[in-house]
Amino acid sequence: MARGMLIDVTKCVGCGACVEACQQANGQPPHEARHFDQDTFTYLLDRGNDVYVRRLCMHCLNPACASACPIGALRKTAEGPVTYDPQRCMGCRYCMTACPFGVPTYEWFSPAPRVRKCEMCARRPQGPACAEACPTGATQAGFRDQLVAEAQRRIQEDPKTYYPYIYGLREAGGTSVLYIGPAEPEALGLPTHVGFEPLPQLTWRALKHVPDVVVFGGVLLSGFWWLTKRKEEVARHEGAHKSKEVNHDR
Amino acid sequence: MTAKKLVLPRLGFWWVAAGILLIALGVIAAVRFTKGLGAVTNLSDPFPWGLWIGFDVLCGVGLAAGGFAIAAAVYVFHLEDFKPILRPTILTAFLGYALVIVALIFDLGKPWNIWHPIVMWNPHSVMFEVGWCVMLYTTVLFLEFLPAVLERFRLAKPLRILAKASPFLVILGVILSTLHQSSLGSLFLILPHKVHPLWYSPLLPVLFFVSAVAAGLAMTVVESWFSRRAFGRPIETALLARLSRTSVVVLALYLALRLRDLIARQALPTLFPLSLASWLFLAELILGVVVPMVALATAWVRSSPRRLAIFQGMVVLGFILNRLNVSITAVESATGYRYLPAIPEFLVTMGLVALGMLGFCAACKYFNVFPETQWREEEKWRTAPAASLAIDG
Repeated sequence: MARGMLIDVTKCVGCGACVEACQQANGQPPHEARHFDQDTFTYLLDRGNDVYVRRLCMHCLNPACASACPIGALRKTAEGPVTYDPQRCMGCRYCMTACPFGVPTYEWFSPAPRVRKCEMCARRPQGPACAEACPTGATQAGFRDQLVAEAQRRIQEDPKTYYPYIYGLREAGGTSVLYIGPAEPEALGLPTHVGFEPLPQLTWRALKHVPDVVVFGGVLLSGFWWLTKRKEEVARHEGAHKSKEVNHDR
Repeated sequence: MTAKKLVLPRLGFWWVAAGILLIALGVIAAVRFTKGLGAVTNLSDPFPWGLWIGFDVLCGVGLAAGGFAIAAAVYVFHLEDFKPILRPTILTAFLGYALVIVALIFDLGKPWNIWHPIVMWNPHSVMFEVGWCVMLYTTVLFLEFLPAVLERFRLAKPLRILAKASPFLVILGVILSTLHQSSLGSLFLILPHKVHPLWYSPLLPVLFFVSAVAAGLAMTVVESWFSRRAFGRPIETALLARLSRTSVVVLALYLALRLRDLIARQALPTLFPLSLASWLFLAELILGVVVPMVALATAWVRSSPRRLAIFQGMVVLGFILNRLNVSITAVESATGYRYLPAIPEFLVTMGLVALGMLGFCAACKYFNVFPETQWREEEKWRTAPAASLAIDG
């Protein structure tokens, strides 16, 4: 069973306890968080009218970053979190380019830089620090299936408060982090351009042809080599000079 | 000999320029490896790839494509008359790939882990394929150029083995190049929302491959022109003209693919309202593809090495513009983030180009890059005009 998190925007009061807990759990200096950077894995978007939308890594079910990483430094674990291994990473930054949510950041001023992003506290026995710190239940950790059911229940029971949409259910092929809130995702400031297709499929459509190129390319080229070589031998046998016509007729 | 003497003063300026660039390269490397990438580049979290990827890697690999095209013509299709330009083209390709590796050492955050793709596999990653292609094809290019080195040291036995293996090596090289050129386009497939629709296409791998063949052929012609200016070599006008006829076909194929794709995706309306991106798109396609294609189709252009070099030069520049457009312009206009390379990024790029040219000159000096045996006859009656051209050029 894969874990996830449910962010209920209607319950968030913007106290910032989650942000503080995150910085503490990841050993970052306490600071005001406005956007993702090397010391900021989560921050609150203030949408006005007491609406606060917390951003963090979506932990996609089929993550573009992990598919892009040539050496598996980023991995989607069976438990749910997308984790990062700095020992493996060589710093090509393809993950940063590939992520549709703009999540991974980089240590631009380090001689041995790491990619930085939320790992859903995968190495923390008590689970995500942010969910633990949340006083109102706006962030709730749990199994994704149960969280989806819970989100559906809340929307059904209180259609006046909730906009009937679970963000993350299908975005980019589905994510482990889910949002429900008082308005449509666009009004909440969540990225809406990502579409519903798992992005790694776009790559795979091209990559799957690699064996064909090798096999058919090899046969075809060897064939041409053999055929044109034959022509030359024949020409030589017939006593013709290194005949240009023979070479040129293709 | 006369040609060589007359050329030397011209090289003076270039030696000084190259020297300055190489010193800059060293200084920037020192800063980059102690203070981090941020200290010498304008890269940022929303814009993690810049000039070093867009130019040094994407263009470096593309311009090396002449290597596999000419090698295939000579060894696979037995078009032996292209042999005189084979070695310089292979040398260019090898140096191109070597410089791509140097550029990667600058650009990768932790280049000491560059070998990781050998043991840590993720076959679902395009970057994994790119990494393997760089490693394998650089090795193949090295082996393809090795005969020149072995001849110098008169090592007959390994030469014979290599000669036997060369068709295999060349076929392997063509396959690896095809994969590599196309996979550089595939890199951008995973970011549909970050690349402007004028450039994002599921056909990117095919477009990258075809345009690389055009650029490789163009580069071969341009480089022959420069080699003549620098080394006073006679120029194989007839050969270059034939090569340029092939260029016309490749460019036409590219244009057809590109237009077909743009129309099928209904992307052409995104040209409007006209912006910097639209103009760069038009420049890339009209000045880099249509104009040289039409020009190279005329016998008047093909009859003069100078005109060939000018219009093939346009193909090369159009190709460079295309790669920069895909990796920078298209990303800028789709995401709204701005990126202008920092001065050290430009200096490193120029320094690497200088390093490549120095490498080419050094290789020409120590190894038999332009096989004399095939040239001697022609040189006899061409030495005089070649020498005079070297002075006025």
